[in-house]
Amino acid sequence: MQNRLRKSLKSNPEQIANALGWFSIGLGLAEILAPRALSRLIGAKASPGVVRLYGAREVACGIGLLSQAQEKERWLKARVAGDALDLFALGNAMTSNGAGRGRLALATAAVAGVTAVDTLCAARMSRRPFHKGEPLTVRKSITVGRGAEELYRFWRDFEQLPKFMNHLQAVSDLGNGRSHWVAKGPAGVNVEWDAQIIEDKPNESIAWTSLAGSDVDNAGEVRFVPAPGGRGTVIRVELRYNPPAGKVGATFAKILGEAPEKQVAVDLLRFKQMIETGEIARTEGQPAGRSHSTSRRFDDFVRA
Amino acid sequence: MKANCWYGKHDMRVEDVPEPKILNPRDAIVRVTLSAICGSDLHLYDGFVPTMEKGDILGHEFMGEVVEVGSAVKNLQVGDRVVVPFCISCGSCFSCQKGLFSLCENSNPNAVEAELLWGHSPAGLFGYSHLTGGYAGGQAQYVRVPFADVGPVKVPENLRDEQALFISDIFPTGYMAAENCNIQPGDTIAVWGCGPVGQMTIRSAYLLGAERVIAIDRVPERLRMAEDGGAEVINYEEVDSLMEELKDRTGGRGPDACVDAVGMEANGHGMQYRYDRAKQAIMLETDRPIALREAMLSCRNGGTLSVPGVYGGFIDKIPFGSVMNRSLTIKTGQTHMQRYMRPLLERIQKGEIDPSFVITHRMDLEDAPEGYKIFKDKEDECIKVVLTP
Repeated sequence: MQNRLRKSLKSNPEQIANALGWFSIGLGLAEILAPRALSRLIGAKASPGVVRLYGAREVACGIGLLSQAQEKERWLKARVAGDALDLFALGNAMTSNGAGRGRLALATAAVAGVTAVDTLCAARMSRRPFHKGEPLTVRKSITVGRGAEELYRFWRDFEQLPKFMNHLQAVSDLGNGRSHWVAKGPAGVNVEWDAQIIEDKPNESIAWTSLAGSDVDNAGEVRFVPAPGGRGTVIRVELRYNPPAGKVGATFAKILGEAPEKQVAVDLLRFKQMIETGEIARTEGQPAGRSHSTSRRFDDFVRA
Repeated sequence: MKANCWYGKHDMRVEDVPEPKILNPRDAIVRVTLSAICGSDLHLYDGFVPTMEKGDILGHEFMGEVVEVGSAVKNLQVGDRVVVPFCISCGSCFSCQKGLFSLCENSNPNAVEAELLWGHSPAGLFGYSHLTGGYAGGQAQYVRVPFADVGPVKVPENLRDEQALFISDIFPTGYMAAENCNIQPGDTIAVWGCGPVGQMTIRSAYLLGAERVIAIDRVPERLRMAEDGGAEVINYEEVDSLMEELKDRTGGRGPDACVDAVGMEANGHGMQYRYDRAKQAIMLETDRPIALREAMLSCRNGGTLSVPGVYGGFIDKIPFGSVMNRSLTIKTGQTHMQRYMRPLLERIQKGEIDPSFVITHRMDLEDAPEGYKIFKDKEDECIKVVLTP
């Protein structure tokens, strides 16, 4: 159940948001129409007027969630705030006389559960997953304890990038600032493009853009800025993608996964590890009391 | 080889697993001769640490013999007898250079995951969930030690395994907890929790010049062990108000520094305990900070709060007004092991302390699950379990 919920939150938060909308309206109507019966059910002694007010709030949230497709995230946050209010009210009810503690505890647990779903769903909606066909910009930075010159020199040799960029299969230098890039796709389907350096400032920055005829229209820039106080160099990466619709776009979306920022962050960390320690930290290949040496849920999720 | 694996809450099993291999040039493989169950392992056992996976090999307190080294390890040789720190540190990043080894920027391959929960990532740890790297631990016959040129310390021949083992975690952890108290002549240090780390903190506080140490627990044999270490003790179940008792014993002022050596699964009594237990059960908070709250309120004005106890996530009803208005200093962190291992080994060698006093149970690795159980339930006056593979 939990797993199924997590999966649908991942793949389709809109659907869950709609379900929460209907849930809001149902609960809200019950609160408005039968405040006394509802109070009895949850074991609280609350005045019917107050319960009706709570009901009105629920209904408003529900209508908002169902009718305003662009504002779902905001209405979900309103639901989370409402959940907090409910929890507070239930907490107060527990300490009052004549409360049905068992029922109140059940109601509290139920509200807590719904709060969790609301919160997760709101968090999911606030993330901007990569949709095929939409342009996307990713920015990330990291500080590496080396001089700009050394880092620039490593990076400028594009053929070395697959050493730490997981999703690159190979980059070949074609000369004159041109290079050919191959990214690993799912099921052996690769995405390829040619790139041209458009600006190259030694020890400072490199900018490139893909050339006509590429599978994916993309551009990038990496800058090397000395960190203050002699603390090495800040590497700032900015990548822009404008993938086509259709099959290649879909493949590319899969390569980037749900959270492109995460992948750039992981790649930069690997780069830092390689430069600072001479190796990339890993557990792949270690023993474990299961068939895989790493955890597919946790390790493979962040490292893939 | 045999390894103690986690399969879920209260479900440990010793399984046959493949032997570890060298995976990186700075790795070493150690044949474990002695390991221990740490109090923080109980948080894994009780299922309170997120991102555990069925089959994870546990254990971060271990020592043994080097049986293989990677091509980049020059300071160790096959046959060396070493004790290994629980935190994995590269030795060259910004944190390691500052001596903040448990915050190594390079050793956690899952740093991006840890950032989601904690904002930034600490170092990789042996056998302590996938948030801290998912590294296989040392409750096993063999273990792979990454960055072996930085972590493991050779053990002098004249020390027995049991004397050196706790250099892997609890002695440095108790020592750093005491060091974090910034002990001045005349200071009284109060220590919540008389488990193994609390015991090491008591003795370290005296090594660092504390005038008095007051130890707080409810388990008679742990209080007795604290007394053996020179502490005055309080059984919190036998006093009306712990805070009043502490005030009374410190001339109304409160202890100069308070140490929370309990962490996220504090016990207590009355409403406060029930409140935290309930909120933890329905996931509205992840940790029960009962000792922490008490330590905050009890500490003297301008005093120091030192927190070696492990917390995982979120805590509730923290009297931060008290902390702010009374100018308390909070010092905490996973122990920066490599800073302390050599100096503390020297203290053991000089006979200033023998940390093996804390051992109450010696068991075979095969019996690790039973060891967890009696340690958790404090059966048979259990305070510390060591395991021989």
